[in-house]
Amino acid sequence: MNTPDVAIEVAGLVKRYGEVTALDGVDLQVPRGTVLGLLGPNGAGKTTIVRILTTLLQPDAGRAVIDGVDVLAEPREVRRRLGLSGQYAAVDEYLTGFENLDMIGRLYHLGRRRSRERARELLEQFSLTDAGDRPTRTYSGGMRRRLDLAGALVAHPPVLFLDEPTTGLDPRSRTEMWGVIQQLVAGGTTLLLTTQYLEEADVLADDIVVIDHGRAIARGTADQLKAQIGGERLELTVSDEGRLDEAARLVTPLGVAPPVTDEHRRSLTMPVSGGVKALRQALDLLESEALEVDDAGVRRPTLDDVFLTLTGSTTEESP
Amino acid sequence: MSTLDVVTDASVVAKRNLIKIKRVPDLLVFTTLSPIMFVLLFAYVFGGAIDPTGGGAAYREFLIAGIFAQTVVFGATNTGAGLADDVKKGIIDRFRSLPMAPSAVLTGRTLSDVVNNVLVLVVMSITGLIVGWRINTGPLEALWGFVLLLIFAYAISWIMAWLGLLIPSPEVINNASFIVIFPLTFVANTFVPLDTLPGPLRVFAEWNPVSAVTQAARELFGNPDPNPMSAASLAWPLQHPQLYTLIWAVAVVAVFAPLASWQYRRAASR
Repeated sequence: MNTPDVAIEVAGLVKRYGEVTALDGVDLQVPRGTVLGLLGPNGAGKTTIVRILTTLLQPDAGRAVIDGVDVLAEPREVRRRLGLSGQYAAVDEYLTGFENLDMIGRLYHLGRRRSRERARELLEQFSLTDAGDRPTRTYSGGMRRRLDLAGALVAHPPVLFLDEPTTGLDPRSRTEMWGVIQQLVAGGTTLLLTTQYLEEADVLADDIVVIDHGRAIARGTADQLKAQIGGERLELTVSDEGRLDEAARLVTPLGVAPPVTDEHRRSLTMPVSGGVKALRQALDLLESEALEVDDAGVRRPTLDDVFLTLTGSTTEESP
Repeated sequence: MSTLDVVTDASVVAKRNLIKIKRVPDLLVFTTLSPIMFVLLFAYVFGGAIDPTGGGAAYREFLIAGIFAQTVVFGATNTGAGLADDVKKGIIDRFRSLPMAPSAVLTGRTLSDVVNNVLVLVVMSITGLIVGWRINTGPLEALWGFVLLLIFAYAISWIMAWLGLLIPSPEVINNASFIVIFPLTFVANTFVPLDTLPGPLRVFAEWNPVSAVTQAARELFGNPDPNPMSAASLAWPLQHPQLYTLIWAVAVVAVFAPLASWQYRRAASR
């Protein structure tokens, strides 16, 4: 299990909270220098995996090895090798940005001088130099996240865990954050990242594991996964609820998988490969049958689509 | 992990907590204003009614050590509320993911609260001196009196540390601890001579460690009980208040430091 080119190795991880099984035998392998995206809805078990791997939580069964060190047997040795940035920015709001990073450096035992140097370096790297001597409660959400991420990097850890690094950020801060993460990864850091957004996993991750109900239900590269769930979605809303099934029958040959209908919204969704071309064909087909359409469009797959395809239920239906 | 690391880590954490006092001076202003208010209220509003001798000066001299004890015990809730806040904000998670000494977060916290208590005691002593309280003993005895108060507060801090990690909500911690701290600090010799209390309350008050630390401080500051009749029938804790206080402090730390450390290792945010 101590393969030198594997940075994170997880086997048969189980965690129960009383009657509830949060993790039900998860296996993961992250080659050194790559990015693994754990994709799943709220409550799927992503955070539980991160908490176990970062020594915050004890699993009920299973094994985890990080950078060749057993997480359960040598937690302190593991902590030296990892950086963690959580779901919400764990920065002390009364301390300045500099003081936050300096404190973390001291607690990694970098020594007084090196901690200060490192804090200044990171503030520079994350464009926080100007704000570095202000208490962080004056920071914006995006700045706090960047500082939190900087905190995870203080000791140059070979393995980095980011738990939903962009949840709650506005689109501009999210794009900024992605840029920062991409730079890090280019530097050779191994990264395990959790996210609820397929788009985020697509942009950042080499491999994606889809987690649902504490289990890995699919894995592969973003392209493999998208091929599996179909690329784009054709969405149609018909005027007459009674003719929805007829519309579904008509467009079926255009899709890569059968359409799913929603009587209530008088709409159908179907994975297609041709995008706009499929949309035009579908509209022509429906018009020739005098089937009136209220709304039509092509959109990229969402996490909901992944779940719909993989589990047959949407994320909202998951208990 | 070397001993040096343990000490350095604790001091780094303590420094972080003390920066908060510097950044939010209102906090220190209000933690010291309320005891000042207590001194003035008890000395001048209740003073005349409580003091059997009728002379307010004697009561004020009696009162100050009681208010010191009450204030440092109340101050211990800061330990709990501070830790609860850290758990809630994910800061404890960050600390726990670092290769630091696990004990440092709790010792750093409780030690910075001692510093806080020192500042509060200084402000209150000055207020006391203004209203007529005097130290009638030597400097060493007086110093030992203050140290004993701080040791006692430090022990209570560990109870609050455990509670703060157990119930990670600063608001709940504040309210819950008041339920315990009010009876502890009022059913005692802090504000009234013990012989004014009815039977069962009096027994509780005699064995209440807050009474002992108050009694010890009074002896060490040379502030006599204005009603010496009660001295004859004192219970054992009040005959040996310094020893009894130390026994309590050691026992509380022995029980609650391991409990709090255990809770720290399992503390979970949200």
